[in-house]
Amino acid sequence: MSIIIHKNTKILVQGFTGKIGSFHAEEMIKYGSNVVGGVTPGKGGMTHLNLPVFNTVKEAVDQTGASTSILFVPPAFAADSAMEAADAGIKTCVAITDGIPSHDMVKIKRYMRRYPKDKKMGLVGPNCAGIISPGKSMLGIMPGHIYKEGKIGIVSRSGTLGYEAAQQLKDLEIGVSTSVGIGGDPINGSSFRDIIEKFENDDETIAVLIIGEIGGPQEVEAGQFAKENMSKPVIAYIAGLTAPKGRVMGHAGAIVSAYGESAIEKVELLKECGVTISKNPSVMGETVKKVLVENNLN
Amino acid sequence: MDIHEYQAKKILSDFGVKIPTGGIVYSPENAENKAREIGGSKWVVKAQVHSGARGKAGGIIICNSPLEVADATDKLLGKKLITNQTGPEGKIINRIYIEEATDIKHELYLGLVFDRSSESIMVVASTEGGMSVEEISKEKPETIIRSKIEVAVGIQQFQAREIAFGLGIESKLISRAANTIIGCYKAFSELDATMVEVNPLVVSHQDEILALDCKMSFDNNAMFRRDEIAELRDKTQENSNEVYASDRGMNYVSLDGNIGNIINGAGLAMASMDMIKLAGGEPANFLDVGGGATPEKIVKAFKLISMDTKVKVILVNIFAGINRCDWVAEGIVQALSKIEIKHPLVIRLAGTNVEKGNEILKKSNINYIEASTLEDAANKAVKALG
Repeated sequence: MSIIIHKNTKILVQGFTGKIGSFHAEEMIKYGSNVVGGVTPGKGGMTHLNLPVFNTVKEAVDQTGASTSILFVPPAFAADSAMEAADAGIKTCVAITDGIPSHDMVKIKRYMRRYPKDKKMGLVGPNCAGIISPGKSMLGIMPGHIYKEGKIGIVSRSGTLGYEAAQQLKDLEIGVSTSVGIGGDPINGSSFRDIIEKFENDDETIAVLIIGEIGGPQEVEAGQFAKENMSKPVIAYIAGLTAPKGRVMGHAGAIVSAYGESAIEKVELLKECGVTISKNPSVMGETVKKVLVENNLN
Repeated sequence: MDIHEYQAKKILSDFGVKIPTGGIVYSPENAENKAREIGGSKWVVKAQVHSGARGKAGGIIICNSPLEVADATDKLLGKKLITNQTGPEGKIINRIYIEEATDIKHELYLGLVFDRSSESIMVVASTEGGMSVEEISKEKPETIIRSKIEVAVGIQQFQAREIAFGLGIESKLISRAANTIIGCYKAFSELDATMVEVNPLVVSHQDEILALDCKMSFDNNAMFRRDEIAELRDKTQENSNEVYASDRGMNYVSLDGNIGNIINGAGLAMASMDMIKLAGGEPANFLDVGGGATPEKIVKAFKLISMDTKVKVILVNIFAGINRCDWVAEGIVQALSKIEIKHPLVIRLAGTNVEKGNEILKKSNINYIEASTLEDAANKAVKALG
């Protein structure tokens, strides 16, 4: 198994016919993802990339049986699209869109609370690279070929830093079960904790690499969860040792505003939780390898 | 995006928050007339810069006559105010706010922010106004009142009342105080703010509840639907290179070091800065050219970095995913045919088609140092400083 997406996961593309949506839909199809259609309001009935286009997510779900969607809708309309997906019974929605206002994110999260747990959509992102289960399915914008199939779970805020990790692991002949980008926004759909819990319950994953950064409480919350609930080893790298306090570092969420949010403080707090720290971004792969050897998991 | 105190006061007063009478001026003559217009016998002259701690830095002057107001304005206008938040370069004072002095009985603190843990809006209040919220949480944490607001229904009267009672406000003033808190909440939630801070919020001897100093910040991502806020931006308060970058869709933060960075992705950019530091150097900037490092973006990035006089070495670190390294390399070659770079240049490409990319760079007549890993790139950049 892998987490969230598998070989046959049926995928809808929201914002399918736009330039960005089209480009990445094609890349996903080339990778082998089971894309079954897309949604662009007003373009229902068309065929795009040899796949049906629907006006509404509900209609698309009815006709295709899709359980999952990926969202390329522009920021001004993204919140609406995510809520539409939640209401249509989509189980997982990955929002790639960068630039969704924080007030809209708070609204989406509040809106999703109306559904009972078994009907509640899992939102991943926004402002993220998406999800890949190497060799099975890609629900994102990453370069698929840098991921080797294997048993390490990766969860990262940053897209490119997640790629860096996958490449370092591949160079050491270590593969990935699933890699999840949770995005760089202050309010996001899934937290580090949400994802590592899934990795803990996944038979195929033997260890988890967390790639965090300055700002917000989520890395430390994940560390506490790992300490109390996880049997699998957790490795972490936190970016932003040199970031000045109170400044936004590219990602809207990458800003130190309280105790426990700087890279140094996060590293200390994670160490206390028994997480192994990759001391710099160049040795994420080596650190994972070392932990695997120490735990007889290689 | 930050705005000035007087702009924040205008917004909050539109939402029913009471503020002292005042006005903005641009010259000493203006200031003197404004003081007469406001009336009274005591005025406060306040430098409008995007920074807190202005009082300690000499940016707030209390005056006893319109002539003193004119003198104080003359003293401040055009000067750079250096506070503990502006850095040594300070911020230029182009606007002065003249306000009637308030007869203060109590100083309180009121702030609104997003709470990232509960994903709701949090009201933070304290009886210790006048101190920064960091100081309050260090020195008087027991005075802090926190109240989470459910965004779907917004703030309720009882929540605002609870906060007001918690601040020890007299019974007869409770509804005034509650309305002030509700006004701040409405401004926060209706205008895409990320922070509202009234510090101090004061109770005057005349039994008024007044916002004496205010700060508001807004979500840059929401500016597409907030024209009225976007036009309050004052670029003279921002680093000029940062303005140049943000106007061109790049994420740039100016830092104190001398190694200039061009990187794709915010996480990778932070990581590269960390590697430079670990290698014994100091980054001159944070620059994320975005996931798709197109040739046009690379050209703009080189232009931006070459505007920074601190830079002695340039480090380019691109992890090409969907955009291939050969394409990125072509962008770099193009950029360097347009811009002359006098400093040593270290380039590290990784990801898709890395061999092709490096080959293109080698075949060009660019003078550069090739690096293979993040660590290698940082070490070579530091070494190139000489």
